[in-house]
Amino acid sequence: MHDVVIIGSGPAGLSAAISCRENNLEVVVVDEFPKAGGRLLGQLHQEPTGEWWNGIKETEALLERANALQTDIRLEVSVYHVEKNDETFKVYTNKGTIESKNVLIATGAAETAAPIPGWTLPGVMSIGAAQVMTNVHRVKVGEKGIVVGVNVLSAAIAREMQLAGVNLHSMALPAANIVTGDQSNPRKVMDALARIAHLAPSKFIQFGSRFARASSFVRNTAVKFFPPGGVKMWGMPVHIRKAILSINGEDKVESVTMCKVTTDGAPIAGTEEEIDVDFVCIAGGLYPLVELAAVMGVPFKYIEELGGHVPVHNEQMETPIEGLYVAGNITGIESAKVAGAQGTVAGYSIAKHALGDEAIGEHVKNSMEQVKTVRANASIQFHPKIDQGRARIAESFEVNHS
Amino acid sequence: MKNNRIVDHPVLGKLEDRKEITFTFDGKEYTGFEGDTVASALLAHGIRTLRVHEESKKPRSIYCNIGHCYECRVTVDDVRGVRACLTPIREGMAVDSGKGLPSPLNPSIPPEELPRTYAEYEEKSKETRGDTDA
Repeated sequence: MHDVVIIGSGPAGLSAAISCRENNLEVVVVDEFPKAGGRLLGQLHQEPTGEWWNGIKETEALLERANALQTDIRLEVSVYHVEKNDETFKVYTNKGTIESKNVLIATGAAETAAPIPGWTLPGVMSIGAAQVMTNVHRVKVGEKGIVVGVNVLSAAIAREMQLAGVNLHSMALPAANIVTGDQSNPRKVMDALARIAHLAPSKFIQFGSRFARASSFVRNTAVKFFPPGGVKMWGMPVHIRKAILSINGEDKVESVTMCKVTTDGAPIAGTEEEIDVDFVCIAGGLYPLVELAAVMGVPFKYIEELGGHVPVHNEQMETPIEGLYVAGNITGIESAKVAGAQGTVAGYSIAKHALGDEAIGEHVKNSMEQVKTVRANASIQFHPKIDQGRARIAESFEVNHS
Repeated sequence: MKNNRIVDHPVLGKLEDRKEITFTFDGKEYTGFEGDTVASALLAHGIRTLRVHEESKKPRSIYCNIGHCYECRVTVDDVRGVRACLTPIREGMAVDSGKGLPSPLNPSIPPEELPRTYAEYEEKSKETRGDTDA
């Protein structure tokens, strides 16, 4: 019987494992990817200080600490079910069942689809897929591609692909359909860019920052008169008045059809042009990967600021199910640094619960403060009203728990 | 042979020398490196199509590359439905692309072409899959 099974070896899972192991808990970390690190592995961007945030290096540092504490990390292990009988959790995996007194779900996030006709063709992939191929596997995803979806994540990864010498034609919006929603609306996209403008260091965001403090009238004007050639980011055009109508090809991607759109995202007939590409990256944004919390029966709340449906939890990372904890992007879409800080909180909370040691409460409290500090200083923020979202989910916990 | 490796990287540095691993895909031999997944090793050789859709038989490749979408299902050493994006290559590993399945009850098939006996069904299944040994 283990003290805790941690599902996910990203920044949240590894940080939690470290604080649990510091308290000598019997810990098992499982992850279905062959390498530990989760989505942190692929990350590579320049901080406002000019320093590079290198996900591979960050992962190595976390692993070094975890390994120094003899942490049991099991890779290529997929969890397909978790249940709690009396006081014991059973974690069902492709390599047997693991029993534990506590479980931490740190499964991170998944990518929202922005399906457009032709998106099942070989050569179409999510932007995150391209990130992993480029930075983790060091394989070029193609000769020349296009990014569909303009947001903070796609801008960051487009830059990473450029760094690796991958040729990108441009970034443009997905054409409007019942699924793409706000992603295909130039006004909404411009608003989202302007909101994050002051936070990120990149050239792309500098373009957005011109409109950050501008009135909505000025922003709408900017959308209306958006340059037909796009705004250049590191030499690559970013279009918010052009959309991809379809991805074309017989057995693989051969081209995309691009057209101009109105300020509301409606395609303008007669403006279609065909662009030869051999790959397409779809970037629809991120949402919390919550299925395991759902099968456990944790209550959920829809909170837009956090990226969708999130399991109810408090600032100590407890869910209403005793012994079940969550940390990282499953609790809301934020940066890897915030996820790591949340993992530390969860680890101390679990240690306090498992050992019945009130003295650990001090660590829990301090690490909770640390989450707020990291959040306030984050250079990449996915939603400007994250604090309000966090307050709302904590409130739900109180309601569910009283 | 096509090689899509990113050898030099301005921030991540030069790709380290890694152990070569030989595996097969649909019977043909390929080499990859230690740390490669089936999907990354094949893409490095320019191979995108990992399976065909079971019913429509349309080609499919990776989509999410981190195990969520299950678009990259292949057969690895006779185990079907294995995700190529999560599976590290190993020496001598036999990978086969995901195949189409017979769809005798597909309403778009005219009635006269539907199998009338089990023997006919099996015969048609072989044709659809392009099998020689099934």
